[in-house]
Amino acid sequence: MDFSFSSEQDDLRREARAFLEANPSPSMEQLAGLGWVGILKSDDFTFLDAAVIFEELGRALYHGPYLLNEVAGQPGDEVWSIEIDGYVPHLEKVARVLRPDMTAEQAQGETVAAVDDGLELGRVSRNGSEPAQGSWDDVRRRLLAGFALYQVGLGSKAIEMAIEYAGKREQFGKKIGTYQAISHSLVDGYVAIELSRSLAYWAAWCVAENDEQVDLAVASAKSQAGEAAVLACEKSIQAHGGIGFTWEHPLHRYYKRALWLEGALGYGRVHRAEIAQSLLAG
Amino acid sequence: MELRDTPEEAAFRQEVREFIAANLPDGSAKRGARRFEDDDRAWSQKLGEAGYAGLTWPKEYGGSGAPYSHQAIYLEELARAEAPSHLGVIGLGMAGPTIIAWGTDEQKERYLSKILHAEEIWCQGFSEPDAGSDLAASRTRIEDQGDHFLVNGQKVWSSFAHIADFCILVGQGLPDAPKYKNLTYLIVDMHAPGVEVRPLVQITGHPEFNEIFFTDVKVPKENILGGVGDGWQVAMTTLLHERGTLGFALSATLDVAVRKLIALAKERKVTDAILLDRIAREWIELQALKYTNYRSLTALQKTGVPGPEGSASKLVWSENNQRLTKLALEILGSHAQLTNGESGGDGYWQYQQLRSRGNTIEAGTSEILRNIVAERVLGLPRSR
Repeated sequence: MDFSFSSEQDDLRREARAFLEANPSPSMEQLAGLGWVGILKSDDFTFLDAAVIFEELGRALYHGPYLLNEVAGQPGDEVWSIEIDGYVPHLEKVARVLRPDMTAEQAQGETVAAVDDGLELGRVSRNGSEPAQGSWDDVRRRLLAGFALYQVGLGSKAIEMAIEYAGKREQFGKKIGTYQAISHSLVDGYVAIELSRSLAYWAAWCVAENDEQVDLAVASAKSQAGEAAVLACEKSIQAHGGIGFTWEHPLHRYYKRALWLEGALGYGRVHRAEIAQSLLAG
Repeated sequence: MELRDTPEEAAFRQEVREFIAANLPDGSAKRGARRFEDDDRAWSQKLGEAGYAGLTWPKEYGGSGAPYSHQAIYLEELARAEAPSHLGVIGLGMAGPTIIAWGTDEQKERYLSKILHAEEIWCQGFSEPDAGSDLAASRTRIEDQGDHFLVNGQKVWSSFAHIADFCILVGQGLPDAPKYKNLTYLIVDMHAPGVEVRPLVQITGHPEFNEIFFTDVKVPKENILGGVGDGWQVAMTTLLHERGTLGFALSATLDVAVRKLIALAKERKVTDAILLDRIAREWIELQALKYTNYRSLTALQKTGVPGPEGSASKLVWSENNQRLTKLALEILGSHAQLTNGESGGDGYWQYQQLRSRGNTIEAGTSEILRNIVAERVLGLPRSR
């Protein structure tokens, strides 16, 4: 039993955090320069290495197709996105689109909506489907685990912003973090994220090892992390008071991304229904 | 990262399983947590002889010097078999580690081995009617009479006191000293004149806990842990140990409860989508607690210090157990409180649901635990 990342993975996390703090919206070329693109296709790395990057991307609220391109797992150097529940994130930033029936399309179509100023959704037009490589079950497992990890990073950052604010902001002559109405609410947000972190790391390990519990693990991680990240953002907005409700404060971007991710590939209850079926079978 | 047992851990797990299969007294598995029976003492002594009591205690004090992973495996296997735990949980988890940290050589020699072998049972005398979470407000008086201490006061919420041989007791040793420098920590013989134990009936109808009354109880001077006025620091050692390895025991008991919940749902052929959603959520919450404890365990083994993620385990477990037991009653249906066998079977869930209300009060209320996480983990400014 060793439920921790290796020292190399800890180094990768430090490197990723420092890079993304300096470059919150890196291009695919910059990420390729770091050796991160195609990491899941390399024999030198496992899904646990990618997991570290996915979580750090969430902390930084990274805008771009990196995660989708990695979990799509298609050969070649083109950048891929994945059609999720009918929409394609970052359609205009990618060359190819993987669909759940495991067909590949050219990334042609129209952008129809924006979740926030970093995530646009498009509809891909059918323009000569070709068969893609691999199985949707595997892609979906990697996606669920990857989204859970991203949400854990995102939620951690949202709670940290609130902790920092509650330690500085004064009302009635005291720092608001001394009031238990504030501190206990933030503890609940923190605890929800830490529990989800454990599930997301378990899911990542199950994907890396193709463990027999992988489907239960990714469903657990995605459902809990999805709800925890939204909760963390809501607790953070509330602790910030008026400033947290403004367009100028970054929190609303975290919140909108968390809301989109919570629903993507199914809200928590969809995954819990799968889990219940499995638990009560036999 | 490796979430499977190492070959060495797998061998230990197998050994524990075989020990339980060969030694577990018949019928003890089904009894649940009520008052303790004589066969529990025999079982505890077997656990001591096999080296499972004090697994992580240093070898020089009679422990096995085993890694914390063995403690986790041992607790998982006891829970899987629904075996009773060692009767000496207060001695093993609280009094013993405190004596190891603060005791004199004579105290270590006198007490530790008898804790391991369940020859002497311990109880805890911390909480009082007017000092629950606020331990330093204790009103129990500890007076220095020259050749002995004289103890007068009342303690409550004391498990095992009715069968205990010794009590770890905190009281006012220096009533005029500033708060937190006013306490003294004693080892009190429960058979001494002036010690009276009365059962305290809880909302379950069972007297699991007790009140202890101390009236002019003479305690030998050599029974102090630390010095007069050091009681707060010594008590913090006790509570650190109480919460430090508690998480593994808690996720093991929750594992039993979740398995019983799923069995109940199958038996009652639950098809309601909302109930199924809630059952799945309890299973997920169990995994979250279990893997969070594994993260703490790894941090503990690598650094010797529990990771911050572990401090929330008890808080989470208590709320999970309350939700889960109410869900079980809901599955039983209306009139679920009846224990005459018509709706709810043998009263197991009815007892567990009422008992769970104590979970957010005992071993640190949820309010105190949220303060601890806020201040020591999140680094928020102190509220008091």
